Amino acid sequence: MSTRRIRGAAATAALAAAVTACSAPSSGGGEGDAKSGSVVIGVASEPDTLNPLLGYGKDGNSKIFDGLLAHDADLKLKPALAAALPEVADGGRTYTYTLRDGVEFSDGEPLTAADVVYTYRTALDAKTNNTFKSELDAVKKVEASGDDKVVFTLKYPYAAFAARTVLPIVPEHIAGEQDPNTGTFNTRPVGTGPYVLSKWSKGEKLTFKANPRYWGGKPKVKTFTMAVISDDDVRATRLRSGDLDGAVLPPNLAATFKSDDGKRTYDAKSYDFRAVTLPTPNKVTGDRAIRRALDAAVDREAMVDKILDGAGRPAYGPLPVDDPAFTKAVERDQDLGKAKKILDEAGWKPAGDGIRAKDGQRASFTLLYPSGDKVRQDHALAYASDAKKAGIEVKAESATWEVIEPRMKNTAVLAGFGSTGDPDFGLYTLLHSSLAGDGFNNMARYDNPAVDRALDTGRRGQDPAERKAAYDKLQRALVMDPGYTFLTHIDHLYVLADRWEDLGTQLEPHEHGFASGPWWNIEDWQPKK
Amino acid sequence: MARLAGRRALFAVPVLLVVTFGVFAIAAASPFDPVKAYAGTAALGADQQTLDRLRENLGADQPFAARWWQWLTSALTGDLGDSSVLRQPVAQVIGERLVWSSLLCAVAFAAAVLVGTVLGVLAARRPGSLIDRTVTSLAYTLEAAPVFWIALLAVWLFALQWDVLPAGGLTDTASEQVTAGQVASHVILPAGVLAVSQLPWFTLYVRQGVGDALAEDPVRGARARGLSERTVLLGHALRSGVLPVLTLIGSRVPELITGALLVESVFSWPGIAAATVEAATAVDFPLLAALTTLATAAVLAGNLLADLLYGLFDPRVKLSDM
Repeated sequence: MSTRRIRGAAATAALAAAVTACSAPSSGGGEGDAKSGSVVIGVASEPDTLNPLLGYGKDGNSKIFDGLLAHDADLKLKPALAAALPEVADGGRTYTYTLRDGVEFSDGEPLTAADVVYTYRTALDAKTNNTFKSELDAVKKVEASGDDKVVFTLKYPYAAFAARTVLPIVPEHIAGEQDPNTGTFNTRPVGTGPYVLSKWSKGEKLTFKANPRYWGGKPKVKTFTMAVISDDDVRATRLRSGDLDGAVLPPNLAATFKSDDGKRTYDAKSYDFRAVTLPTPNKVTGDRAIRRALDAAVDREAMVDKILDGAGRPAYGPLPVDDPAFTKAVERDQDLGKAKKILDEAGWKPAGDGIRAKDGQRASFTLLYPSGDKVRQDHALAYASDAKKAGIEVKAESATWEVIEPRMKNTAVLAGFGSTGDPDFGLYTLLHSSLAGDGFNNMARYDNPAVDRALDTGRRGQDPAERKAAYDKLQRALVMDPGYTFLTHIDHLYVLADRWEDLGTQLEPHEHGFASGPWWNIEDWQPKK
Repeated sequence: MARLAGRRALFAVPVLLVVTFGVFAIAAASPFDPVKAYAGTAALGADQQTLDRLRENLGADQPFAARWWQWLTSALTGDLGDSSVLRQPVAQVIGERLVWSSLLCAVAFAAAVLVGTVLGVLAARRPGSLIDRTVTSLAYTLEAAPVFWIALLAVWLFALQWDVLPAGGLTDTASEQVTAGQVASHVILPAGVLAVSQLPWFTLYVRQGVGDALAEDPVRGARARGLSERTVLLGHALRSGVLPVLTLIGSRVPELITGALLVESVFSWPGIAAATVEAATAVDFPLLAALTTLATAAVLAGNLLADLLYGLFDPRVKLSDM
């Protein structure tokens, strides 16, 4: 090939590239409104996968899938794919579910007991890379009996088991053909839920269409889009410009929509607490007098007002004040006098610099909070300043989780957590001594025999009154020896265009935005008249 | 020419081996934990047994050299492995995203070359004039400005203040289909920012090249013969002034790649670069290695292209000597 001919070819190639780079004529995008039945919502993050076997929607509220049971607005269990609540027999060891008739997956295949069995067996398979296998730890075996009955046999009576069966059911004829960890089902799921996924552009948005085969009737919202916008300010701006119909927002930005007539703010109460772990092995944080003094010294009301702009509630324990299992008697105000008295009686005497000491040990410890989380940083600083008033020095430091993890066994951490469904779910892993330091369970290595006993009763007892009494005892025991200083339960705020009716929020867990929010029941929304 | 290309291809093999091995080593030494990255926030509530099980299943408990060897041997048989962070086979990730990154880079580069040439020629016509001083100082300013900062500024100005262009993504939020028109309007801002980041060096090179050419004898002769200024500028000076610059294009590939990385992240553009960031922070070995190989290959190909163009367009250089 001669140099001249190559030059010619190069010029032609360049020209061709320039022509293809020209743009096509543009077409206008549609505005979502109640008449056209489309809704666009801005959320902060997207799921890594849409496969329930890897944990998507495991706590319910998936729009693509249904579980055997579902939660209603008050978090009570109601039948979904099961025709009724399960029959419990054998002293709480067997749970039998009868499937609803005539349910089809969105590809037209009927749902059978085999799909349910496949879902649970795969979720429990050690080779499946999910993090929730231990939540189903009580299951000994799951079997189909005929086409429409599924029987779970448990290793021990587990009172809260029914609430675990909100786990979405996947079709064996599709998911069973592939590797659950990396198969196409992760990005192209097929379920029985009110909507089907029409497109997922990773990192950008997910689009859903109403499922014509849905067993629960036709939703009025025909299409909805979850736009993934990680930056709070950008999300608020796009909501203001009409690009979005609704969004999850932090309190300060949600407040800017207060005077906007066309928008409504939804304030969802939650189980999402912020607390300081007080590790038992540490000489200072493991001391009961220090713990009780800190508990009395913190001004929870001020934290709710100043840090959360009022969008939250003081946390007197792991359960929020509006949970049915919450014990009213443990509500308490800041009491610096009491804090000082406790410390004086226990022999923590003020030294020269205002910080107390006992037997040569200064009442001082480090508190780590995850960097970049402003709400936790504010909590940590407020906590440190309250503690100082009682003569305890708290050194707040920011760190990444990579740094926090190896240190959390004897360093205090500003943690956030909270599960819905049943008191057992959040409390057992947080407080039981058998799980001390097990991964991220019981980070504070809390060890209190009375609390352990109450947890076991609550987990295995079959009588609701007996369980309630156990959780009541537990909350009181926690006040006597507060191994965590519970500070606040934070509200989750959502702003939505006011074009739909029948909207409300549930009590929400720590995780929120994608599944929970006013759209938890988007299939029931009705257009405003 | 073929010999040069063949030699370079042979040379690429050890380079790729060293680079991918280096990536595995660096990723293993980083503080990021693949298991935490895989599980995301769910890890912050998981028990140790679960974390250990995931570590074993993901192969994160093996030494990195062993993992590199595994990756290499299966990659050679055409199996690029599975991405843990995206829960997809690596080949699928690249297939879905490469086209969008290529589009972004192509549009940006074409724009940078066109605008850069125009500005460079304008500045070179009268060295020291107001235009020249403006263009040159603008180029130096942009050279110093970080890409992500320009990107954020562009989002703030065009999308938030004036609301004339979409702030990010590939299509409108409410639309389901990817249409040419939507992509065209969405590509303007990211491609524009990427073009601006590539503009300064190109403008300055063209200005220098054309300026030198204008001072050469053939141009002086052409002017003396009374040819119009346009013919002189475009016919003589531009041609001899820009050719050496064109040969440099290939060597700018690395900069283009790093620029695209930042731009895609800011504009949530669903391209390969955005996946690279995720792969790196999640220590997703198979994906990271595949993407690094791609980037390295692109850089090597760019250098080869630069040398080939040099030999073709610059009569002083013989390819047979390279």
